[in-house]
Amino acid sequence: MPAAESYPDDLRYHPEHDWARVDGDEATLGITWFAQDALGELVHYEAPEVGSTLTKGQPCGEVESVKAVSDVVSPLSGEVLEIHQKAVDEPEIVNEDPYGEGWLIRIRVTESAEADSLMDAEAYRAHVAEQ
Amino acid sequence: MEATSLERTPLYARHVSLGARMVPFAGYEMPVQYAGVIEEHRAVRTDCGAFDVSHMGEIHVDGPAAHAFLQEMLSNDLDKVRDGEAQYTLLTNEQGGIVDDLIVYRLAHGQYLLVVNAYNRSAVYDWLKEREARGTEVRDTSDEYGLVAVQGPRSIERLELPDRPAFTHEMGKLDGIEVMISRTGYTGEAGVELCSAAEDTEALWDALLTRGATPCGLGARDTLRLEVCYPLHGNDITPDTDAISAGLGWACALETEFTGVETLRRIKEQGPERKLVPFVMEEKGIPRQGMPIAGGGEVTSGTHSPMLDRGIGMGYVPAASAAADTELEIDVRGKSRRARVVKKPIYRKEQ
Repeated sequence: MPAAESYPDDLRYHPEHDWARVDGDEATLGITWFAQDALGELVHYEAPEVGSTLTKGQPCGEVESVKAVSDVVSPLSGEVLEIHQKAVDEPEIVNEDPYGEGWLIRIRVTESAEADSLMDAEAYRAHVAEQ
Repeated sequence: MEATSLERTPLYARHVSLGARMVPFAGYEMPVQYAGVIEEHRAVRTDCGAFDVSHMGEIHVDGPAAHAFLQEMLSNDLDKVRDGEAQYTLLTNEQGGIVDDLIVYRLAHGQYLLVVNAYNRSAVYDWLKEREARGTEVRDTSDEYGLVAVQGPRSIERLELPDRPAFTHEMGKLDGIEVMISRTGYTGEAGVELCSAAEDTEALWDALLTRGATPCGLGARDTLRLEVCYPLHGNDITPDTDAISAGLGWACALETEFTGVETLRRIKEQGPERKLVPFVMEEKGIPRQGMPIAGGGEVTSGTHSPMLDRGIGMGYVPAASAAADTELEIDVRGKSRRARVVKKPIYRKEQ
């Protein structure tokens, strides 16, 4: 079942519809409810490689539904520590639980100040309302 | 989306009230999905789905010379079609290219109906009108009708229709609504296409949903047709591709005379340089239209197959690479991914 629309308060958001859960110098990344809803049921997640370097605002993978493909944009700069293999094997979990079981990668944050430039949930909700 | 410039089918309001995601397609605002492409796809493979295909064009060709005229314009042998029958055929150009693929229905002696792709409606009409022979009248009647495809193994049972052979048609009533019932479709499943007066199409749609048909959008229509390797005009076949290379030689009666037949005979005799082949991905990744195939090929249609749960597609490859089991390398946005040529259809129901 697809998840209901939500934008948790404990996350930071990138305008390209990606989220980051920052925990010290590490962060977990994923795509927002809005992004998965726009794509429809995901059938493929093309993940980056562990150890690869990410730049804020640059693509760090692709999510693909039956009809469309979209870049995953990295909300932060860093290094990929872990790929969520379940999201690769069963990408529909991103539709079902985009902020929980549907997380995509875990990274080591290299520019800790960048998190402050991301939107909070309230700002992101306003951003989504304009789409 | 410039909604103001797009046309709407008689079922537009029904799609909106069902919560469909509407997209522009061939000049119409059409539903791409309701609940989800995969769920709708499965409904058609296992039960019964209903598709609004009212955007497709209806062109009537009538008159004492209509038969001879269409026999010259269309690739298949119209002499084989009797009253109450229909035939898949191609409208070809002088180069043997495909102006459109369509179904011709013989309604009566000297009365034919062509159901054509929405995108090609005016191209087909203009083509025929310019060549219209004495004793033939070509009319675009598309706006007078609504068309709904009901497809899936339980379609006939849910509609309580008698069994009939494929490619036949008859007039009838469904829940009091007058319809032309055709045993045709674009999914590889049993089913019908129901043509009604435009003003009756909402009532027809409501009757179908009441009988348990799942509303299905263009998204599922595309995945269903690709699993069974039905070509899509504009992707897999175009005015610049010929029927022989596209594997549609079976729809060309090369012993008859029609536009471009000499070219097609020559291609058949010499063998096509490239062929349209179905393939299945052997690695992750979903092929999409326009992706290069190593060795000089190109993907013309690609998607994720809900039944096989992997990427599938069709594309043109050099004839030497066209045999089943040949390995292909597809450039999926810069990454080379392995695929394998398969026999048609890509998906076949286990019997």
